[in-house]
Amino acid sequence: MARITMREAISQALWEEMERDPRVFILGEEVGVWGGTYAVTKGFYDHFGPERVRDTPIAEAAIVGAAIGAALVGTRPVAELMTINFAFAAMDHIVNEAAKLHYMFGGQMVLPLVIRTVGGGGRQLGATHSQTPDAVFAHFPGLKVVAPGTPADAKGLLKAAIRSQDPVMFIEHATLYQTRGEVPEGDYVVPIGKSTIQRTGKDITIITYSKMLEVSMKAADQLAGEGIEAEVVDLRTLRPLDMEPVLESFKKTNRAVIVEEGWKSYGVGAEISARIYEDAFDYVDAPIKRVAQLEVPLPYNRALEQMALPKVEQVVAAVKEVLNG
Amino acid sequence: MDKNEYLNLYHQMVVIRRMEEKAAELYQQGKIGGFLHLYIGQEAVSTGLVAARKPQDRIITAYRDHGVAVNVGIETRAIIAELLGKATGISKGKGGSMHMADVSKNFWGGHAIVGAHLPIAAGLALGDQYLKEDNVTICMFGDGATNIGFFHEALNLSMVWKLPVLWVCENNQYGMGTAVERASAVSEIRKKAEGYGMPNDEVDGMDVIKVKEKTAKMLAQIRAGNGPMLLEAHTYRFRGHSMGDPERYRKPDEVSCWEENDPIGIYRAYLTGKKLATVEELDQQDKLAEAEVLEAVEFAENSPEPAPEELFTNIYVEE
Repeated sequence: MARITMREAISQALWEEMERDPRVFILGEEVGVWGGTYAVTKGFYDHFGPERVRDTPIAEAAIVGAAIGAALVGTRPVAELMTINFAFAAMDHIVNEAAKLHYMFGGQMVLPLVIRTVGGGGRQLGATHSQTPDAVFAHFPGLKVVAPGTPADAKGLLKAAIRSQDPVMFIEHATLYQTRGEVPEGDYVVPIGKSTIQRTGKDITIITYSKMLEVSMKAADQLAGEGIEAEVVDLRTLRPLDMEPVLESFKKTNRAVIVEEGWKSYGVGAEISARIYEDAFDYVDAPIKRVAQLEVPLPYNRALEQMALPKVEQVVAAVKEVLNG
Repeated sequence: MDKNEYLNLYHQMVVIRRMEEKAAELYQQGKIGGFLHLYIGQEAVSTGLVAARKPQDRIITAYRDHGVAVNVGIETRAIIAELLGKATGISKGKGGSMHMADVSKNFWGGHAIVGAHLPIAAGLALGDQYLKEDNVTICMFGDGATNIGFFHEALNLSMVWKLPVLWVCENNQYGMGTAVERASAVSEIRKKAEGYGMPNDEVDGMDVIKVKEKTAKMLAQIRAGNGPMLLEAHTYRFRGHSMGDPERYRKPDEVSCWEENDPIGIYRAYLTGKKLATVEELDQQDKLAEAEVLEAVEFAENSPEPAPEELFTNIYVEE
């Protein structure tokens, strides 16, 4: 197994899928000649050519709409939206078209479509370029929403997304691209819709995903130094949501902290905690706590921005509160 | 065209008319729910367009989609069953009036968000271009759709990539209740295509033969690899925007003026004038259409409701 970055893992999955299946092609802003604004598709244009690595106008509705149409007639487009903040300009096509066409026409239309995009704050890009609105997309039945937290999962889940017959939102995190991890070489596929235990422990369950997996794992390391064994569950897919490992872990630890980068209100943590209360109420030994972004548009100023984003210390503190509360 | 083809076009237009009249009745009886947008007055447009296409050519339209459904050859009974929300409907009762499609007949819907299907149409054509298929996509939309961003993004993209699309604006003079000149800075819709350097043309949308001939020419040029084109079809809907439309916005003489220009009446006069059909033959077609619609209503009314399990099918292909 090679130790590579998240960027390399995503790039590898795309490259291998394009080599494997000539129906797969990429379209998006600056994916071609530029090589991708996050350099994920660097070298693709020269190797696969302009038909398969298509630079588009800055027109998100056209990008997603065209990908939907092309998917309907038998190709397998991977549409890249430069950031998830721009997905709002394509919202109609994501939620009113991609999520609904299969159902609404009684199963006649099939859309093997991937929308790759990038979310997350912490880079001083200001309020419109720093959001983590993953829960918004996970709200809609008909879409699959994937957000990997490790390079291996990024590779395996992207391959699964490209092979899926359903439309998949594949949400990467801007500050994870340099993160390194062991990634299996060759045809490595991770099924969509499966949560997983990233670290075992008996005292408390931390439920998280994407960038906050990194934060939660650091918190768990720190807690281990103080004799607290936290189990970390990585959701990996937000829809369809796999609660099995979450509930199994919770029934063992009876305590939970949920960590997400997005806003707390109506968010992923709200969903997970509600489901734990609904499905494992008898196992609850302490109130569940959520660590999330403060309820503000993210400011440009570095210190202010960092104040608003969830931190390792907050996770550690939340765990202690739940254990001692 | 041989005589049967002429009669077939006439038959399609009359089936649409009778079916829509029947649909209005069923709506008033409370048997059709939701919104119902009738195609009465515009029959010549979809009939001419579909008559000009090859079976390999794709067609996609907005929510006023019953006409295309008839033209592509969906059985009238499956259309009415869909209006009644029955299991035998073309979309299994899950789409309704605004969401009919038959992929096997290259009819890609039936889309209810104004303008949203235009980027999808560009995508159908992109898929064909990518797969090196010789198909053209015909995308129909109303004048109202040309004021939303989707229209402009889609036209631009289609021109940049030389996609094989025939954009067809059915200018029926109103976007819901707002007249074209009150909503669009340019009343001649086709001029919007010029902003993208796109060849464009116009046609009398009340004349099925003119629509068919113009479409055939444009499809041939697009198929030859010349990129997209836009056709503006001048037409008029004789009824309100939907069944819930009080129609306070138009003058009575405006409606009667257009009704004299009824596309079915115009085509009847054309066929009898050119001795392509006799009045008796056309009357016979009227009767056949009437019978077809009545049989379809009976079939639909006697069809089962969708099974409760159907609620949860087709959300995903892979559960």
